[in-house]
Amino acid sequence: MARTVGFFTDTTLCIGCKACEVACKEWNQLPGHAPAFGDGYDNTGQLDEQNWRHVQFHERTTPKGGVAWNMMSDVCKHCTQASCMEVCPTNAIIKTEFDTVYIQPSVCNGCRDCIAACPYHVIGFDEASGLARKCTFCYDRLQANLLPACAKACPTESIKFGDLGTMREIAGARLNQLRGQGMAEARLYGDKEYGGLHALFLLTDKPEAYGLPNAENAVLPSRNNIRNYLGSVVTAAIGVVGAVFAFRERGGKG
Amino acid sequence: MPQHFVAPPQWEWYIVWYFFLGGLAGGAYALGAILRLMGDQRDAPVSRIAFLLTFPLLAICPILLTLDLGRPLRFWHMMIDSRTFTLNFKYWSPMSVGVWVLLVFSLFALISFLEAFGTWRSGKAPFLTGGLGRLFMIVGAFFGLFLAGYTGVLLSVSNQPVWSDTWALGGLFLASGLSVAAAALTLMTRLGRHEASAEAKLTRVDRYFTVLELVLLVAFFVSLGAVGSQFLQPRWLALWVVVLIGILVPLGLHLASARRTPALLAAVLTLVGGLALRIVVVFGAQM
Repeated sequence: MARTVGFFTDTTLCIGCKACEVACKEWNQLPGHAPAFGDGYDNTGQLDEQNWRHVQFHERTTPKGGVAWNMMSDVCKHCTQASCMEVCPTNAIIKTEFDTVYIQPSVCNGCRDCIAACPYHVIGFDEASGLARKCTFCYDRLQANLLPACAKACPTESIKFGDLGTMREIAGARLNQLRGQGMAEARLYGDKEYGGLHALFLLTDKPEAYGLPNAENAVLPSRNNIRNYLGSVVTAAIGVVGAVFAFRERGGKG
Repeated sequence: MPQHFVAPPQWEWYIVWYFFLGGLAGGAYALGAILRLMGDQRDAPVSRIAFLLTFPLLAICPILLTLDLGRPLRFWHMMIDSRTFTLNFKYWSPMSVGVWVLLVFSLFALISFLEAFGTWRSGKAPFLTGGLGRLFMIVGAFFGLFLAGYTGVLLSVSNQPVWSDTWALGGLFLASGLSVAAAALTLMTRLGRHEASAEAKLTRVDRYFTVLELVLLVAFFVSLGAVGSQFLQPRWLALWVVVLIGILVPLGLHLASARRTPALLAAVLTLVGGLALRIVVVFGAQM
C-alpha cells in the first residue's frame, strides 16, 4: 500500500550498540568490510556500498570539562529532492510508492555520477556487482508491511519508523520536550533540507559536527548548470572570434 | 567556505583520458571548420588534417567511457530506458546530455572524416560545399565545442569539493581543448610539408587560446577562493607547475620566435599541460 514513510533518529537515545548496523547487514546480506580499528569505537568508518547504517561516535567536551559522546546512527536521507536521482543518467534511481529513493539494481550501470552528487556520503560503488548501492529503506520489507530492519532492531527506539507526517510530529514534540528540559542546543535536522528528508535527526550539536551539511550548504548539483554552461558559452564565443580573427588574416606574421 | 561531506566517485584514468581526447577532438573539429570557412585555399590541407584527426580520437572516447562503467554491457542504458525502452534524456544532467552530444558529434566527425579522407587519398572533390556544407560544419563545430566544454560542467554539477565550487570549469576545459587542438594541429603540420601561411595562422590562434586558457585558469582559482587550498599538497602543486609550464613557456616561445623547433616544443608542452590539467582537476578533488 502506498504511503509516505520516514525515519526519525533521536540521537539523544542512541547508545552506540550498533544493533541497527548488524540488523541491516543481516537482512540485506551485506558482508561488510573488515573492521578498521582506530582510536575510537567507530570501526565502521562511513556509509558506503556495504554500510547502509553507520553509528557515528563524536567525542565532545562537556561544559564541565568532561568528555562525552554524540552518537548518531546515520543512514540515507531519502531526500524529497534527491541529488543522486537528479544526476542519474539511466533513470536507475527512482522514487518508490513509499516516497523513498531506490537504486534499481537491474538498471544501474555503475557510472557513479550519483556518488559524486550525494552530499551525505551515502552511496558506494560495489566492485563485485559493478553497481552503486545504498540503503533501500528495506523496500522489500515495506512491501511486506514490515518495519525496516534497523528500526526493528533498535533497542532504545532511537530509530523510529512510521508515516513521515507522524515522524515529524514526534520529532517536534521531542524537540520541545528537550528544550523544555534546558537542552538549548537540541535541534531538528531534515525538515527543510532538500525539500524535506525522509530521515529526520534530532541533534545536540551543529549539523556539520555529524557530517551533515547545514541548510546553507544543502544544495542540489543542478545549481551549477547555468553558471558553468554560461562560462563555457562565453569562452567558446571568445575562442571562435579569436580563431576567425587569426584565420582571416592572409599569411601574416606568426 | 563550502561544506562537503561527499564521497569520491572514483573517476580515474579512463575519465581523464576521455576528457583530454574529447577536448582535443572537439577543439580540432571546431578549428578545422573555422579554417575551412574562413581560410583560403592554402589552408585546406590543415583543415583536412583537423578532420582526419578528429574522428579517430573521438572513436576512442566511447570505449573509455564504457570501460569505466561498473557494468560495461549496460552502456546503452545511458540512452535508452531499459524498463520502458523509451529514450533517456535529462537536460539538467550533463552526463545524460554529454552522451547524446558525443553520439551526434561523432556523426558529424565521421562524415567530415570521410570527406577529408576522400580528398586526401583519392583526390575527390569535397562534398561538404555550398550553404548546406557550411551549415553542416557550423553545427558540427558547435557540437565539438560543446563536447570540449561540457566535461567541466559535468564535474561541476555534483557536490564534490572544488568541482562544484566554481563556475569556470566548463570554460577552462573548453579553452584548454582549443589550445591542445591548435597544438596538435601545429605539431602535425610542422612535421609535414605545408604552407607557411597556414602554420603562421595556427601559431597565432594557439597564442590566443593559450592566453584565454590562462585567463580561465586565474578565474578558476579566484572562483574557488579558499577551497583552492585543496591543491596545496606537493603532488598537486607539482602537476600545477606542469600545467603552468604548458601555458607560459609556449606563450613565451610564440612571442619570441616563429621558427620550427620552438613551435614543435611549444606544441608538445601545450599537450602535456592540457593532460596535466585534467589529471590534477579530476584526481586532486577526489582525495
